[in-house]
Amino acid sequence: MSGLRYVYAVSRPLGAPLQAELAGVGGAPAALLHHHGLVAVVSTVPEHDFAEGALRGNLEDLDWLAATARAHQGVIDALTCVTTPVPLRLATVFRDDSGVRAMIEAREDDFRRLLDRLDGRVEWGVKVYLDREPAEAAAPVAARPASGRDYLRGRRESAHRGEERWHTAETFATVLHDRLAHFAEDARLHPPQNARLSGESGRNVLNAAYLVGRSQSEAFVELVDRSKDETPGLRVELTGPWAAYSFAGEAPAGSAGEER
Amino acid sequence: MTVVERREIALVDLLDRLLAGGVVITGDITLRIADVDLVRIDLKALISSVNENVSSPFEPPRVRGLPPGEEGR
Repeated sequence: MSGLRYVYAVSRPLGAPLQAELAGVGGAPAALLHHHGLVAVVSTVPEHDFAEGALRGNLEDLDWLAATARAHQGVIDALTCVTTPVPLRLATVFRDDSGVRAMIEAREDDFRRLLDRLDGRVEWGVKVYLDREPAEAAAPVAARPASGRDYLRGRRESAHRGEERWHTAETFATVLHDRLAHFAEDARLHPPQNARLSGESGRNVLNAAYLVGRSQSEAFVELVDRSKDETPGLRVELTGPWAAYSFAGEAPAGSAGEER
Repeated sequence: MTVVERREIALVDLLDRLLAGGVVITGDITLRIADVDLVRIDLKALISSVNENVSSPFEPPRVRGLPPGEEGR
């Protein structure tokens, strides 16, 4: 068989069957590989796509990257319906099943520790956007500045407004993050998203992930919802529930502190 | 609409998690490179593709009288 084994996640044995005919990367069916009381969720991917040189090129092909990321997420999503998986990073590939088994043996303790820590928990994403400066729209269509001095004053005032808005946004994001992090079991800050990538019409001032128990999730969502209309010009966006991607890349227990 | 009901996942949100999160394991073949390069790669791929197709909403207004590339100095 000329194919590689793509590993999506590791979990404990499932209490319920995985959704039938679940397709993974490239449309190949996802399968369960049991070993040492753990389960790796795998599928076969073509070697010509995932060999080292090919992968490097493919990752720079946005269509390929998007399709692969969505397929990966599709499997994790289905898995999350029946268990709490430890998701692996995109494009984790082994030559064959015995390579996957060896990996499980080598990392067995880490996986069990992570599975205990994540069990029954999900990740919620919260982003805050500062909407674009409404000045042009809101300000009365000013007559042409009467003089150079008027023009400069206008520029100064506009810069000052921008600074104030930015300061308000930062304060809001800090307070919101503190509040949510206090409620959640753990929190991670992702770098703010570039508007060019997200296509969002606003500046991303907070891009955070929170680890929350499933049973606390409703209350968490309400907490986020309540913050939404607190400050005009700021937009709060909630995504999830996600598998705990942002909390799976941890250093082994015992080493303190956040990743970045 | 509550945001919870939104099922269409933005690719950037997905890449935040799939390229920077998840357990990092050195696979038989690939992760030696992927581990190091993924985050940079996704930005490069996205930026170049976005630039080709969509103009950024934050494109600075072009200053009249200056040729492209010299404005905003």
